[in-house]
Amino acid sequence: MGGGLLALINLRREKIALMGQILQFLFSGLTNGAVYAVIALGFTIIYNATDVINFAQGEFVMLGAMVMYTFVHFLSWPIPVAFFATIICVSVIGILVEFFTIRPAKNADIISLIIITIGVSIFLRGVAMMIWGKDPVAIPPFTGSTPIVFMGAAIDPQIIWVLVITLIAMIFTQWFFKYTIWGKAMRACAVNKKAAKLVGIKVERLVSLSFALSAGISAAAGAVIAPITFASYDMGTMLGLKGFCAAVLGGLGSGVGSILGGFILGILEAFGAGYISSSYKDAFAFLILLIVLFLKPQGLLGQGEVDKL
Amino acid sequence: MNIHFGSIRYQYIGLLFFVIFLFLIGFFIKNDYYLNVFVLIGIQAIAVLGLSLLMGYAGQVSLGHAAFYGLGAYASGILTIHYGLNPYLAMFCGMAISALMALIVGLPALRLKGHYLAMATLGFGIIINICFKEMASLTGGPSGLVGIPMLKFLNFTFDTSISYFCLVWSIFIILMVLSLHLVNSPFGRAFRALGSHEAAAQAMGVNTHIAKLIVFIISAVYASLAGSLYAHFVTFISPASFGFICSIKMVTMVAIGGMGTLWGALLGTSILVSLPEFLTVFSDYDVLVYGLILIIVMIFMPEGIVQASIKIFRNFKYKETNG
Repeated sequence: MGGGLLALINLRREKIALMGQILQFLFSGLTNGAVYAVIALGFTIIYNATDVINFAQGEFVMLGAMVMYTFVHFLSWPIPVAFFATIICVSVIGILVEFFTIRPAKNADIISLIIITIGVSIFLRGVAMMIWGKDPVAIPPFTGSTPIVFMGAAIDPQIIWVLVITLIAMIFTQWFFKYTIWGKAMRACAVNKKAAKLVGIKVERLVSLSFALSAGISAAAGAVIAPITFASYDMGTMLGLKGFCAAVLGGLGSGVGSILGGFILGILEAFGAGYISSSYKDAFAFLILLIVLFLKPQGLLGQGEVDKL
Repeated sequence: MNIHFGSIRYQYIGLLFFVIFLFLIGFFIKNDYYLNVFVLIGIQAIAVLGLSLLMGYAGQVSLGHAAFYGLGAYASGILTIHYGLNPYLAMFCGMAISALMALIVGLPALRLKGHYLAMATLGFGIIINICFKEMASLTGGPSGLVGIPMLKFLNFTFDTSISYFCLVWSIFIILMVLSLHLVNSPFGRAFRALGSHEAAAQAMGVNTHIAKLIVFIISAVYASLAGSLYAHFVTFISPASFGFICSIKMVTMVAIGGMGTLWGALLGTSILVSLPEFLTVFSDYDVLVYGLILIIVMIFMPEGIVQASIKIFRNFKYKETNG
């Protein structure tokens, strides 16, 4: 009888440990997923306004982290001030990027535009390496680093910050597109640029704004994730590509889709890394990308314009 | 996009001049370092030639071509080191594996268009690169594969820069001739039609899906061959040489030289491979300048350097005759 009870207790302990493990994976998936979602949203905003796939999106994330590091570490600004200053700085960089590279190449075809944004990405990475060097730097967490224990899972408080801030960024963009005149104009622009011009929308200004918005939210994601992952000049490439996978998974051009895509990607990746193989973690995202593209290329919530001529 | 200057006869005259130019280089440059740069240009040019057929003529983007380049290199490395296979046989195995891989990936991927095709090939390239890194027992993992044997022909080993220079550029010339004829063959006209307007090509009775697939496979085989040549030349390979950046560089070489001209592919490769040599003055900041050059060329000469120079030349001539 005693043995039976012991076995029962052991089983219960195992169950709790398993729960903890699942929660741990879930939280790590949600954290990465939230970041992917915001980057995917950034992709989508620019794609809708200009039809450009911006390969420099990851570099905005990197700049967010590095500028934040500069403000906090060298200027010792308080974190909230540094955070908002970072967003503004990177938004301005976004506007400059658009003005100097995308705008002059108005009539370029898809391949040329892809190469231009890749050029921008290489350039920004080069500048970052010049300013901040090659070594990764640490950014202090926003509020302490004592992990919160929740149902057998230890959670870094920064994770809460990541979730909260990315959620705010998502709600802000959705609000912006639904309820402001600028957002509505941008949606009109995405549907039909010529028609938008005809009703008096200044498309060029909107394109600038879309780059600012996209760079701004990506920078916010970079600044908030940096205390967990460290910041370095080359952190943007993988994050950008993952965000890109998320945008495709959700359906290129769909805002809600890209958020959904980001979270699904993050969670699948975390469980794949935890239960199948951690060394192939990065491959999962791209495997999912391929599967989605081959089976349902318009993504989960996309409009289905794949066969557009 | 597909402006052709001259018939195949003019192309042969161009090729003749190019061969003479190569002879002069091989004859006068005695410095091994510079010869090695030319060997690397030749190797890369073989891969880019294939990509140029795919991108410039058939109009399909691939952001994952480094995968095939890597497959060739690793097939040569693994089969010769672990299994003691004859290097030439290993090279053919690599090409066969690449062709098979291109078939498997191309079958679903080439139904996609524009951005979607770019993403699918990008994803494929990254997955293959991660496999190179993680299948450590075969590939040596991130630190790479050391001790790949040099190529031998009977009793002659291609161990000097000048001998490898001759080998690589002879292969390049053969492939260039093949490609020039391919582009001007009935099948070449079919996939050029597909590149300029897919629906119109279909209406003319071209099976566009099969045409795309064949060009994709051809370009994969070219890249694989180039990879094998690279592996036997440097005798050391690591996953970093075949990553996303490598794919991007290949696409850039095609685009900078000019889409729709095979000479453009050669020019683009020569510029981008030798550029870092000129940029060493900027030491660590060469990538920055590299990015800047990419942006500027694509903004001001979106049709590539070859077409842009032809245009400038024509304008100049026009002004001269009318001025």
